[in-house]
This record gives sequence, structure tokens and C-alpha cells, in this order.
Amino acid sequence: MNGDDSTPASASPFLAGLQCPIPISDYPHVLLAHGGGGRLTQMLIERMFLPAFANPALEALHDGALLEVNGARLAFTTDSFVVSPLFFPGGDIGSLAVHGTVNDLAMCGARPLGLAAGFILEEGLPMEDLWRVVRSLQGAAQAVGVPIVTGDTKVVDRGKGDGIFINTTGLGIVPPGVHISPRRARPGDLILINGPIAEHGIAILSVREGLEFETALKSDSAPLHDLVARALAAAGEQVHVLRDPTRGGLASSLNEIAAQAQVGIRLEEAHIPVREEVRGACEILGLDPLYVANEGKCLLIVAREAAEAVLATLREHPLGVQAAIIGQVVGDHPGKVYLRSRIGGLRVVDMLSGEQLPRIC
Amino acid sequence: MRFVDEYRNEKDAQKFLRAIHKLVTRPWTIMEICGGQTHTLIKSGIDALLPPEVTLVHGPGCPVCVTPLELIDKAIAIARRPEVIFTSFGDMLRVPGSGADLLSVKAQGGDVRMVYSPLDAVKLAQKHPEREVVFFAVGFETTAPGNAMAVWQAKELGLTNFSILCAHVLVPPAMEAILRSPGNQVQGFLAAGHVCTVMGYWEYEPIAEKYRVPIVVTGFEPLDILQGIYMTLKALEEGRWGVENQYARSVRREGNVPARRLVQQVFQVCDRQWRGIGLIPRSGYALRPEFAAFDAERRFGVGDLATQESSLCIAGEILQGKKKPYECRAFGTLCTPEHPLGAPMVSSEGACAAYYQYGRAK
Repeated sequence: MNGDDSTPASASPFLAGLQCPIPISDYPHVLLAHGGGGRLTQMLIERMFLPAFANPALEALHDGALLEVNGARLAFTTDSFVVSPLFFPGGDIGSLAVHGTVNDLAMCGARPLGLAAGFILEEGLPMEDLWRVVRSLQGAAQAVGVPIVTGDTKVVDRGKGDGIFINTTGLGIVPPGVHISPRRARPGDLILINGPIAEHGIAILSVREGLEFETALKSDSAPLHDLVARALAAAGEQVHVLRDPTRGGLASSLNEIAAQAQVGIRLEEAHIPVREEVRGACEILGLDPLYVANEGKCLLIVAREAAEAVLATLREHPLGVQAAIIGQVVGDHPGKVYLRSRIGGLRVVDMLSGEQLPRIC
Repeated sequence: MRFVDEYRNEKDAQKFLRAIHKLVTRPWTIMEICGGQTHTLIKSGIDALLPPEVTLVHGPGCPVCVTPLELIDKAIAIARRPEVIFTSFGDMLRVPGSGADLLSVKAQGGDVRMVYSPLDAVKLAQKHPEREVVFFAVGFETTAPGNAMAVWQAKELGLTNFSILCAHVLVPPAMEAILRSPGNQVQGFLAAGHVCTVMGYWEYEPIAEKYRVPIVVTGFEPLDILQGIYMTLKALEEGRWGVENQYARSVRREGNVPARRLVQQVFQVCDRQWRGIGLIPRSGYALRPEFAAFDAERRFGVGDLATQESSLCIAGEILQGKKKPYECRAFGTLCTPEHPLGAPMVSSEGACAAYYQYGRAK
């Protein structure tokens, strides 16, 4: 090997552009798991997107980027929605597209200012379905109090889309005195969640074609901006980290935070709220609720002395009635998440690897 | 949640643990047969709470892990055919064959679908008469009745576009293979509760007698497993052998008689290759001649595919309980859940995956 070969790719952006940083031999094709929010998604981001697009705002690796304009801090985020089916118990792709992006802004501590909506429609989509989605999107945006200020429409050939794909981009403003960053998690902080986990993923699974899992479960899809604003009003700078555990679930989000802040995280299994029906479905399917997606949940990592006040504030809010303190940040085992099981044993909670697949028996 | 929380109660777990610590006077080696039990052990941290004298070795009871590479390659060859809808339980999709796995076949355009029940595959065959629907029928005795029912229903419905790729395996012959193997250290067994729910435990009585080992039919919740371990240790300490039933809330001696009858109608016992172990005589199920029309191997002519295992993977020794996953030099480095070299790193029931996921790398 000569000297040129050992030049780090980062020293030569051109070289990085020529070589695909994800070994093609490992994954010559994109797998669904590359979008699953777990380790493969992380690999794609770290090895392909980050080196390609490198810049400080991106490298903060938050749910949205912070841009400073004349002293004001703007939060800027985007999210694409490809959910199937389009209509599911507890929501639809329209309301989800608003909630997802509003929540990404909320996780930056930002108040939403405006949304852009891009529609990719499949030829042959019933106009009635589109109208239902548009009305739902409008209703959700109105409930949040955020206008849809611009948009785009494209139509693809039949068979090349899944009815409707929506992309929403959001702009928000971060109030003074609010400093949210995954890197602010520090030993001693307590970890809160605003309610029971795994509801969105199980609700979607229950109606997806071929599964025939009969349940009355509903997605938890909801906008969290107001809940977050109240928590911030109650504890200000003592709220260190906000994160919505969507794809990859609670476990993947906490692993990301532990890695970014280089702290350890210790969870109490018995304190993590999961509804009976969701637990039942997970038990039957062999899924771990810690890895199932949420769309209306927020993890808050707050200074220990502020935790009770934040908990009380969350519980006063309709979206936080079942809020709980589920664990703490520790100085041990940096980068790793541990869980104390119901029977008192200790284990590692790893990031989701691939897709979570139901077991055989 | 009822019927779950009762069996995950910390106070009762501590009671069993104290009793186990008090009971044990010398080293014992116990094998839990089923991969589901391995996962409970590691997931709830039981392995670290037991006295150091007690060694648990993880048995071959993971259907994904013991399905031979050859059958996976056959599955992949069938799934690549354009007329085929290939259906499988979720965890089979990521098992590496010699070249690819079923998920990458899907990424390349193959119609590979995950189902929760073989009966869903039968429904797909009804819904798509122009396509060939194949179900990957893997599993121990636990899944045999469901798979038998799928074939039986397909015949009743007169479906000509449904078939199964059959890879069924049986527990008792594998237990005997382990007990007969020269380096065996296993002194007692936790038998697999769900297998026994179907088959009963009468089959285990001659094995317990012949090899003078205690066999305790055990459930899957943390307290089940603690009680199963306690009962096995008590028998060992008292010098007793025989079959006992910890999982009495599900298991009867004769098992589920109608389910067994159906299995016998559709399947017959055959010799089978076990991945990492080799051929075990009379250790599997194959379709009976009267159901041969539903045999996917025959229908798609993939009978003579031959394949080779990774030379690094020590799955055979893992599955026989001779080595722990962290004793493999590929564990956690060359072999991870994203890049499994062998099946025990893939399935949620595989011992290597359990060790990796729950941080038991040593």
C-alpha cells in the first residue's frame, strides 16, 4: 500500500465522493432496514451522508438544524412520510406529516413558524383519498396553529409509488434561554417520558396487509410543541435533551443520546409505561416495545432537581397524563444503555439491528 | 398484565434465587433446550444472578439456527423465481445462505413476504391463483400443527398453487444426540415448554431413564425458568432422575391430542440434517406421500443444491452447548447481527444474538 492510499478520506472530499464509504460488498442494495431507524440507518448517515454533506449545523445530529440569523435561532427540519396504509387507527398520513415535523421542531425547543408540504402522488390514486388526506393535514396544522406556507406536487406512474408520499419541511424559532442538545445529557440527570410507548408501531402493524392482528389499538400520533413549551417554561435551561423516539423506538433514541453525549444510561424496566394491549400484542408477536415506533412521545432528559417539577407539568397536559421518570444518566459505561429488569437482573439495551422481526414460536 | 406480571415478580424471583443458593453444594451443568428460554435467561439477567456453581448451557432449540444452509439456499432459489410469492416467519428472512439472505432477495425484486401464520400463506394462495405461494415450514414440534393444518386446508380447498419447503425438526432425538456425544457435560435439562404443550412429555421418560438425567418441562417467563432450574438442581442434589413438569399450566403428559393427530396425518418422521450438528436419524418431519404434491422441493426441482458453511463459525459447538458465544473468535467482530456468519447470530432465539444484544460479551 503506498502513501496515497492511506490519506484519510476527510482530507480529500473529492476522494470521498468517488468511493462509496459503505462497503458495497456488504450491502450492494438498499434494504428496508436502512430506513428502520436502527443501526443500518445510523451507518448510512454516519458513513455516507455525514461525510458527503459535512457542516457544523448537520453534525450536531439533532432532530433539526439550528441556523442563526441576525441573532435569532431558527430550527429547520424535514421529514418524509411513506406510511402504509394511508389511513390507520388514530391518524393518517396527513396528520402524521404535520405531527412528525412539528415534533422534530419541538425537539429543538422551537416554536413552529411554518411548514412546506411536498406531495408525490401515484397515478390512479382516488381523488377522494387525496382530499381526505389534505383535509386531515390542514386540520392538524390548524390545531397546531402553524400555516402550510408553500408546497409542491409531483405525480409518478402507477406502480411507482404507494398512493401518496408526503414530505414536510418545518421552520421554527427557538426562544432565548432554551438550549437543547443531545450532548447536554450529564450524569445525575433524570430521564422522563410523557406516556406509554410503542403505540404507533403496533397500531400500524395491526392493520398492515396480511397480518390480521385484531386489536383496538390506536397510534399515539400527536403534536408535542405545546407539551414541550410548558416543560421548558417550567424548567428552562434545566431541560437538557429532548428527543422523539420514532423509528427504532425508545432504545435506539437513548443509544444515540448515550453515544453523542458519551454518558451511560440506566433504565428501570418496571417504570417504563406500556399499555396492557400493547404489551399483549408485543408478547404475542415476540416484539420488544423498546424498539417499536412512537409518534407522540417525547423523551426529556432534565437536571435531577428539576425533574419533579417537569413531571408535574407533563402530567397536567392531556398528552402527558401518564408521564413517568424511567431512568437516569450515569457516569458508568459511557455510550451504553443498561436496563434493570423486572426481576432485578441487569442487561444491555442495544440499538435496533436491522428490522425487528417477529419470532417463529 | 395478567398471566405475565405474576411470572416476572421481583420478590418471588428473589425467593427462588435464595432457595437455589441454599440448595447448591457443588458444580452442576444444566442445558435449557429452547432458544426462547435462553433469551429470557439473558434478557432478565437470570444468568448473572445464579450461584457460580451452576452453569447453564444453551441448547439447539432455535429452529432458525438448526435449519441447514442447504435449505436456506433452496429457499432463496425458489424465492427468486418470478411466479413465486415466498412466505416465511420473520426471523428466517435474515438468515444468511451461502450467498444471500431472503431480505436481499426481496431488495432485488423477489416477492418475499413475512406472515404470522402458515394459514395466512394459504389465504394468499387463494387470493392469487395465478402465482405460486410457498411457505417456509421451519420449526420444532411447536409449529408442526399449524404447518400441518396449512397443508391439510390447502388440500381440502383443492389449491394447486400452494406448497411448503419443509424443514421440521424434533427435540427428543437432538437431546439423545447431545447425551451420546463423547464430550457431553450436560447433567440435567430444562425441556421446552411449548414443544411439550403440543407433544406432551411421555417421550422424555425413556430418555431420562436411559441416561439417568433429570428433565424438567419448563415455561418461558423468568419465574418459570427459576423454578425449572430449582427443580432440576434439587433432583441433581438428591441423586434423582426422571421427568417433572414445571409448566403444568400448559403441559399435560399426553400433550395436545388433536394437534398430534393432525401432525401424524400430514407428516412422517424422517432423517434430518441439523445445521452445525450434522445428520440425526429420525429427527425431523417430512410430508407424507399422500401430501407430496405440496412439497416445494419437488415442485421447483431444487433437490440437489449443495452448499458450504463459513469455516469461522462454530455454530455446531454453540448449539450443542460445548462453547459459549463469546468463545468464538468471530463473535462481535466478524459476526454481528448485521453480518451474521451463522444462524445463532440471527434469530431472536439464537444464543449468539442473545449474548450480543444483551451485552454478555466477555
